[in-house]
Amino acid sequence: MVKFMTGTALLFLVLGLGLVGWMSGRARAAAFVRIAKGGPRGTVNSLPYYHGWFVAICAIAPALAFMFVWQAISPSLVTNMVLSAPAAADLPQETFARAAILSEARAIAQGFHTTAFQEGSEKLVSLYRNALSYYQWIGVAATLSLLFAGGAFAFTRIKPDFRARGKVERVVMFGLLVASLIAILTTLGIFASLIFESWRFFAMVSPFEFLFGTDWNPKSTVTPGAYNGYGAIPLFWGTIFIGAIIAMIVAIPLGLMSAIFLTQYASANVRKWMKPILEILAGVPTVVYGYFAALTVAPAIRDFAVMLGVSNAASDNALAAGIVMGVMIIPLVSSMSDDSIAAVPNAMRDGSLAMGATKSETIKQVLLPAALPGVVGGVLLAVSRAIGETMIVVMAAGYTANLTANPFDTISTVTVQIVALLTGDQDFASPHTLAAFALGLALFVTTFFLNYVALRVVKKYREAYE
Amino acid sequence: MNNVVIAPTPTDWNGDVMQRRIARRYAAERRFKAMGFFSVALSTLFLAFLLFTMLGQGLRGFQRTEVAVEFDFPTLTAGTTAASIMGPNADAALNSMDIPGLVELAVGQQYAGLEDGLLTSAAAANVRQMLADNPDLITSKQTLWLPADTRLDVAFKRSSEPAAEKTVAALSQKDALRTGFNWTFLTGADATDPSSVGIWAAFKGSLMTMAITLLLAFPIGVLSALYLEEYASKNRLTDIIEVSINNLAAVPSIIFGLLGLAVFLTMFGMPRSSALVGGLTLALMTMPVIVIAGRNAVKSVPPSIREAALGIGASPVQVVFHHVLPLALPGILTGTIIGMARALGETAPLLMIGMRAFIPAAPQGFSDAATALPVQIYLWSDEVNQGFVEKTSAAIIVLLIFLLGMNALAIYLRNRFETRW
Repeated sequence: MVKFMTGTALLFLVLGLGLVGWMSGRARAAAFVRIAKGGPRGTVNSLPYYHGWFVAICAIAPALAFMFVWQAISPSLVTNMVLSAPAAADLPQETFARAAILSEARAIAQGFHTTAFQEGSEKLVSLYRNALSYYQWIGVAATLSLLFAGGAFAFTRIKPDFRARGKVERVVMFGLLVASLIAILTTLGIFASLIFESWRFFAMVSPFEFLFGTDWNPKSTVTPGAYNGYGAIPLFWGTIFIGAIIAMIVAIPLGLMSAIFLTQYASANVRKWMKPILEILAGVPTVVYGYFAALTVAPAIRDFAVMLGVSNAASDNALAAGIVMGVMIIPLVSSMSDDSIAAVPNAMRDGSLAMGATKSETIKQVLLPAALPGVVGGVLLAVSRAIGETMIVVMAAGYTANLTANPFDTISTVTVQIVALLTGDQDFASPHTLAAFALGLALFVTTFFLNYVALRVVKKYREAYE
Repeated sequence: MNNVVIAPTPTDWNGDVMQRRIARRYAAERRFKAMGFFSVALSTLFLAFLLFTMLGQGLRGFQRTEVAVEFDFPTLTAGTTAASIMGPNADAALNSMDIPGLVELAVGQQYAGLEDGLLTSAAAANVRQMLADNPDLITSKQTLWLPADTRLDVAFKRSSEPAAEKTVAALSQKDALRTGFNWTFLTGADATDPSSVGIWAAFKGSLMTMAITLLLAFPIGVLSALYLEEYASKNRLTDIIEVSINNLAAVPSIIFGLLGLAVFLTMFGMPRSSALVGGLTLALMTMPVIVIAGRNAVKSVPPSIREAALGIGASPVQVVFHHVLPLALPGILTGTIIGMARALGETAPLLMIGMRAFIPAAPQGFSDAATALPVQIYLWSDEVNQGFVEKTSAAIIVLLIFLLGMNALAIYLRNRFETRW
């Protein structure tokens, strides 16, 4: 707590001083402008506030960069200082016990904990406290001196002919580029972390077992060479069955027909009201759908199945999750179909109507075939959305992986198992945790592929009519 | 070869065959239209059914059942004066009074045979609060309305197990039951007993998470949108950025949770289940939404604005920050609100980074263990106790009010500020 608060306080101090720099820079440049007003025109290159920004950036940027780096390296410096003290000499040599004592002493020194449970951690607390404040003061001093040095340097550079605007604009452009690179960084981060943890997983469990095994019953300790219950085929099947089959049976007809009705038949007034109402369906959080599916839809379906004479109907059946997921997807299918029908040139529609076709014949035989690529793209996006959906299946579908096509039975999906595997203990040496990343990788690759194809299809189709 | 000209027989539109055919075609037309109407109606009905189910169950969650308990304070406390529980020593005086014992005694005298499972465990704390707020109570005989036990609460609101029903009947005869507004639900935190749970802790956690998300996703999203739309030259790097953003917008949210777990928690060692990590994770998820909305908004600003600004000598940076950005801002804000609404309703990534812990008090700082409203809903939905059903639905109502409010604001902004060029 103590450390974090001072970090925040320092951040505000740095930003506040940056503001002071901005004002002083601007004031100095404004003075030049006043002098220049008497002299020949155009002697001051940039507007005063550009000078202000120049000073503020020169002051803040190095200080913030240093704070960021210091945040990363100071913990190890602190630990080294504590370990070099004589009191740390009788710490246990075994790494794990040692780390536990050190981290507890540190937590107490920082004020996260109040009492010590580990033997020997108590006497390290004051050492830690000293080391922490020592390096904290070094950090604060270095940050502030960097800030003042940068600010002073910039302040002395301010002259009537100094091209402050050019410099500031170069920084702005650099900032814009860095902001856009964060997207790449995120993608790389996802890819790298999934691949890395999956790699470790496949070092324990053979990829062959994972991809082709038909029994999902993961053991927490794996025996090399034996079957460890990491066959993901039932999960892949469950994901496809719920997300790509049941949900799509609900979402494609309802979404497509809603789009057709709202764009081709409904009056402008009806459309104005119904479109936002349909969009609300997409805005309801998935946890609400999940709760609704588990509490209301699933029992109703089980009762219905029992009435039909299905003996093994489960209360966490696949059908409830699939239907509710389908309803959630309706607005997505509907808006994608809407867009692609609207993109069909009017001449095609008018031609068909002029030949005497009825409206529905025009839609079925002219508009839909012409809009088909766009609709298919939309459906692919919907499938990718459905197989990655988590909360509905976690709450309404089951945790037992079954390889069955019976919609009244319990079926588990990839996302459900990721949640199940990461619940509780998240030890990165355990095959359970790593298996979650392997499942995540499979999910990521599949959705990436679906999205890529979908966007390509939609783009190609748009170009065909442009 | 003779050229035989066969005169086409004109179609007999009024003939039987043609009339039947037309009737068939018109019937198909009507069926198709009816199917369309049916689809829209079914979707709407589903939404209405969902909302009514939640409202029907959830409204009860805002209420609680209260039992009238008569406290003969002068006898019970052996003449403790109001003055002794006022002032700076009030806390110590109240602590030394053994209020749980008093409550037990009073209930035992008044409801002999019914005292088991009559009041919630938090009832003593309620009495203590009442005495602290109004010390004069202690000088006389008082009837206080105290929150009932969960089983009784459920039984009073709707039918349940027979034992609790019997108690309800007995109490109702004495006129000792009533329904009051459950303030604890709005101000409290998670608890094991459904009659004393509240959503404030989870709500505060959500607010803090959203603050971090907005602080990161908005500037990064807007700056990327400006770069891609206004400055980026068509090259390899720009293509990769575009593919990344389009892909990130469609990556399942649970994958972001895995990223947060592997990078923020394990690699950087940030505090588990904290609003800080939750906000960072959701920011990565929201950023592409803002970029895509921002690009569309920037794209819709007509080129004439840029050309005019360039023409009178503005630099490219000035053109964008002085002219294009202010004009595109309503569109960007609309996209941001929609993205934030999505982040507010998001559950799965937060589960991955450990925000599913039992949090009995509201978080004080960004690195404290926290939970979020949707996660709290998920946790309560897993509880076996019947009393949690209405609390879950009540929390869902609160969440939906906020989400629908945000979406309505976005639609309002779009209609109010959208400029057709």
